[in-house]
Amino acid sequence: MRKELQKYFRVNRLPHIWCPGCGHGIVMGALVRALEKLQIDQKDTAIISGIGCSSRASGYLNFDTLHTAHGRALTFATGLKVAKPSTNVIVLSGDGDATAIGGNHFIHAARRNLDITLIIFNNNIYGMTGGQYSPLTPTDGKATTSPYGNLERPFDTVELAKGAGATYIARGTVYHVLQLIELLSKAIQHKGFSVVEVVTQCPTSYGRRNKMGSPSNMMLWQKEHAVNVKAAAKMTPEELEGKFIIGEIYKTQAPEYTEQYAKLVQRLKEGGH
Amino acid sequence: MSKTVLMQGNQACALGAIHAGVRFFAGYPITPSTEVAEIFAEELPKIDGRFIQMEDEIASMGAVLGASLAGVKAVTATSGPGFSLKQELIGFGAAAEIPAVVVNVQRVGPSTGQPTSPAQGDVMQARWGSHGDRGVIALSPGSVLEAYTLIVDAVNLSERFRTPVIFLMDEVIGHMRESVTLPNPEELKIINRRVLQPGELPYRPLEDGVPPMAVFGEGFYYHVTGLIHDETGFPSGKPEVTQKTIKRLHQKIENNLPEILRFQTIDCEDADYIIIAYGGTARSAEAALTLLKEKGQKVGLLRLMTIWPFPYQLVSEVCQKAKKVIFPEMNYGQLVGEAKKVLGDKVIPVNKYDGEMMPPEAIVEIIEKLGKGEE
Repeated sequence: MRKELQKYFRVNRLPHIWCPGCGHGIVMGALVRALEKLQIDQKDTAIISGIGCSSRASGYLNFDTLHTAHGRALTFATGLKVAKPSTNVIVLSGDGDATAIGGNHFIHAARRNLDITLIIFNNNIYGMTGGQYSPLTPTDGKATTSPYGNLERPFDTVELAKGAGATYIARGTVYHVLQLIELLSKAIQHKGFSVVEVVTQCPTSYGRRNKMGSPSNMMLWQKEHAVNVKAAAKMTPEELEGKFIIGEIYKTQAPEYTEQYAKLVQRLKEGGH
Repeated sequence: MSKTVLMQGNQACALGAIHAGVRFFAGYPITPSTEVAEIFAEELPKIDGRFIQMEDEIASMGAVLGASLAGVKAVTATSGPGFSLKQELIGFGAAAEIPAVVVNVQRVGPSTGQPTSPAQGDVMQARWGSHGDRGVIALSPGSVLEAYTLIVDAVNLSERFRTPVIFLMDEVIGHMRESVTLPNPEELKIINRRVLQPGELPYRPLEDGVPPMAVFGEGFYYHVTGLIHDETGFPSGKPEVTQKTIKRLHQKIENNLPEILRFQTIDCEDADYIIIAYGGTARSAEAALTLLKEKGQKVGLLRLMTIWPFPYQLVSEVCQKAKKVIFPEMNYGQLVGEAKKVLGDKVIPVNKYDGEMMPPEAIVEIIEKLGKGEE
């Protein structure tokens, strides 16, 4: 590990529990590189996670960390951010954690435009419980609870976040790690609710059941199926069929909740209503 | 001297919490507790506090725990169905030892039940509602004034023992309006959590079983989890750590009963019959006491404000000489079972579960029959 990155890890908690070939470590590595790049104040940064493989990352990171209940990371994050707005709040979540059991909290945190960064580790599966389908498992994808192929349609998290009011939305992959570091840096810097979906591989459950080969093959799959947002703009819907878009997909400005509340407090202090 | 004002129970609860130092509220609208949220929404921004209406009951509980970790005293309020929804995160608060107060203004259940009718049907849920073993503190006020003063205790106890405290109101107390003379602010002591000092471990208890608490943003870089964890706060799968942790979550409460138990005794010393009551039912019991005394009966009242931990020893001692103990509740029979554990068949339950208040006459009638040797 690079020496300057060591301070961001609880080195005595390593090695991590992730399976060989799992992409989650790359996401965690990209996150600390983004934090290092931004020279973020470690003391004023809280990392909050839910439950699942991805959510174990909070235990390895040397910050104030909060490993909450399944799906609820954003609720704790909301309380913490509203009570202490000076905190940089980063939420780590999985596809099931963020979009199934935590789906309601996801859309409402986006709607409020709280200045929180949500990183969704999307490996298309519930890994920790042994490989059940999630709201981000592709149609026909195999899982222990979809042994004949998934009948459901997956969410498009980008469209979901956009519709709910998130003001920074990006998607990356663990293959395109340099771009991922860049996207995470921008998301953390963004004032407002930012979402970064990271396509990562679960070779043990998803890859194995869907015959996607070795972890490196799964990463090559990411390379072959990801289309950069700029390139995608020049492509037809037919050309984009079966692909997914990566990069900074949506960015806008909107009033941020804690700032609005601070203004209310000030207005009342000055005798207003 | 404070002036006398007409106040509603839910309003008193919110204002008392603010007096106790609460500066964060998260909630979701639900009858009959909604006024608690409405008062907080109005008052908190005036004093640089924060109110937020969350997307659901679960989110409200999570937000309150998150705010508390930021070092801000936090409250949520709900009623039956919402109390059910909050249970998982109440357990998280107990396991991760995060102070917070959960107000539950009880209504008739199960399910949607009767939203505007009183009940005391969530007493056992307050104790056992979240999965797994843990100690619980639950307080239940018997008047509008007490909704104000006792929630100060609830906030204090949550800070003192690092645990969610359940404030079990009922629709009678929540919606009743009474004239109250609030105590002068300095009369109500405020307790703040003990703060972790450098070199201390975030989950290593002091002698009383309670660990001092680190606040996020102070540079402790500590880990909070709902997994069984050791004194460092990190997960542990060791049987001895599991046993020690679960034991301590009980004993930090059980070993400090004098600080936690709140009760009132009226004429219990030489009473033939003792009524044990709490919450809105205690008001009916007080009225019954007056009626029975007028009729020459030797009756006493043990009014419980702390219902969890249940005061077994106190109940046993106070009721030792009484011939019979009458235990009225607005439910099918919940807390009475705890009294039976120490008093056996001497306890006679009086239950009302039709959405109406307990009438004093229901208690009077039973004691008069007992006096005549009928049962």
